[in-house]
Amino acid sequence: MRDVVRFPLISFREVDLAFDDHLVLGKLSFEIQRGEIVCVVGPSGCGKTTALRVAAGLIAPTRGEVAFSGAPVRGPRRDVAIVFQDYSKALLPWRTAGGNVSLALEAMGTARRERAGRIAALLARVGLPGCADKYPSQMSGGMQQRLQIARCLAQEPAALMMDEPFGALDAMTRQGLQDEMLEIAASSEATIFFVTHDLEEAIYLGDRVIGMLPHPGRIGIELKIDLPRPRDQVATRESAEFLRLRRALYDFIHTAEKGGKT
Amino acid sequence: MGRRRFSPPRSYGEGNGAPMKAAKALALPVALLILAEIGARLGGPSDSIAPPSAAALALVEALGDGSLLEATRDTLLSAFGGLAIGAGLGLVLGILLGSLRTLDRLMELTIELLRPIPSVAVIPVALVALGFGYRLEIAIVSFACLWPLLILTRAAVSGVEPRLIEVARALRLSPWARIVKIVAPASLPRIFVAFRLAAGISLIVAVTVEIAVNPIGLGYGVMTAGQALRPALMLAYLFWIGLVGYGLNAVLVLAQGRLFGRAARLEAPR
Repeated sequence: MRDVVRFPLISFREVDLAFDDHLVLGKLSFEIQRGEIVCVVGPSGCGKTTALRVAAGLIAPTRGEVAFSGAPVRGPRRDVAIVFQDYSKALLPWRTAGGNVSLALEAMGTARRERAGRIAALLARVGLPGCADKYPSQMSGGMQQRLQIARCLAQEPAALMMDEPFGALDAMTRQGLQDEMLEIAASSEATIFFVTHDLEEAIYLGDRVIGMLPHPGRIGIELKIDLPRPRDQVATRESAEFLRLRRALYDFIHTAEKGGKT
Repeated sequence: MGRRRFSPPRSYGEGNGAPMKAAKALALPVALLILAEIGARLGGPSDSIAPPSAAALALVEALGDGSLLEATRDTLLSAFGGLAIGAGLGLVLGILLGSLRTLDRLMELTIELLRPIPSVAVIPVALVALGFGYRLEIAIVSFACLWPLLILTRAAVSGVEPRLIEVARALRLSPWARIVKIVAPASLPRIFVAFRLAAGISLIVAVTVEIAVNPIGLGYGVMTAGQALRPALMLAYLFWIGLVGYGLNAVLVLAQGRLFGRAARLEAPR
């Protein structure tokens, strides 16, 4: 451990968020360390996406504070990239795949002559080699989401905020992208804040899983995931530890949903 | 980039090929012309109606002596001048109002009070202020062209996919970069439709002003031909005005296809 790493990368300090008197997040406090993959699950309406948007600087907390590397977050930052769930809306339909990646490079101020090379490398990294001239409308859902991830990687992010990124994809595509995301995470050492409603996905990907409770959104359970890496879609999901964690998380969500209804 | 055109599937009994299509489209106008010719000739010489053949001769004559082209120049100069000013102003205001909600609220009542004023009703006011001539016509045309651009640009800009605005925020694009890279390309196809609308309005209003007060251009030509009891020339002017309007729209449709071919097709499924 170097001593520059004194602060966690992201820390929520008693964050309250209210929309018109309705408390969406209540005294939310947790930390994400550098290089950690933290998955957040919870019943719908528990504020998990809102928590991600607060962490990304898209929404300001009503009370409390979010700190990035010890400094308070005052708005979005280029080294925090956001992968939205609705990839088709988050891509520019009038730009090609290369043009969409280029948008992030333009924002970063990358010199024009360097862009083509960077674009080719980024597209290859997400499994879209040679797709630079395709338009998003000519690509499948999985390809579009890869493209959005490539655009986020162009920001050279210290943290990736992923809001149910694979929720709209079919099971096979989803598993492929999960593994590719883990490879990217391992090679880039990026910190990942991953929101999902898929409990198994959360356990499979995460170093830690946070389960949230609704009204107001708060932490209900925290599970440390000590499954060995690299993870494997078959072996990991069959292991006794995976099944134990899955049971614990299912029980938690089940109780949370029952509690939410009363 | 090669673009392919797909023609819709044909059912039995439909004609084939472009010549057949053109013949079908022309059939009705030609039949009407023949009917008008017969009708006008049966009725004998008239002060109000002339046969199409006489109108055609008058058209050739007016083209030959340059009077028609001069009038066309005057009308188009006023129409385009007014269009440029009105559409430009409407575009800027529309972008501002579409992106700044407080400004929009501040201006809303003013706009809703001014917009319903018929452009023709502004003529007396503008006449007092500006006198006869190009300036009068340009001012009224710009008043008429301002509204479609303002209203539709505002709608197009405020209707840009909110997720794209968030992408712009996440990338910390400057306000200028946000307009150039996100808002403008996302709303330009719709803004161009507004521009086409305004171009049509510009010609209508220019001719109207000429008929009402301004002694220049095609509208004045129709008026004087009518007052001089020369129905052939009057109809020639009328036909020419229609042709100019048709040509203007055709050019704009072509430009729209060229500029926004891809974007226009993307808009279509919505």
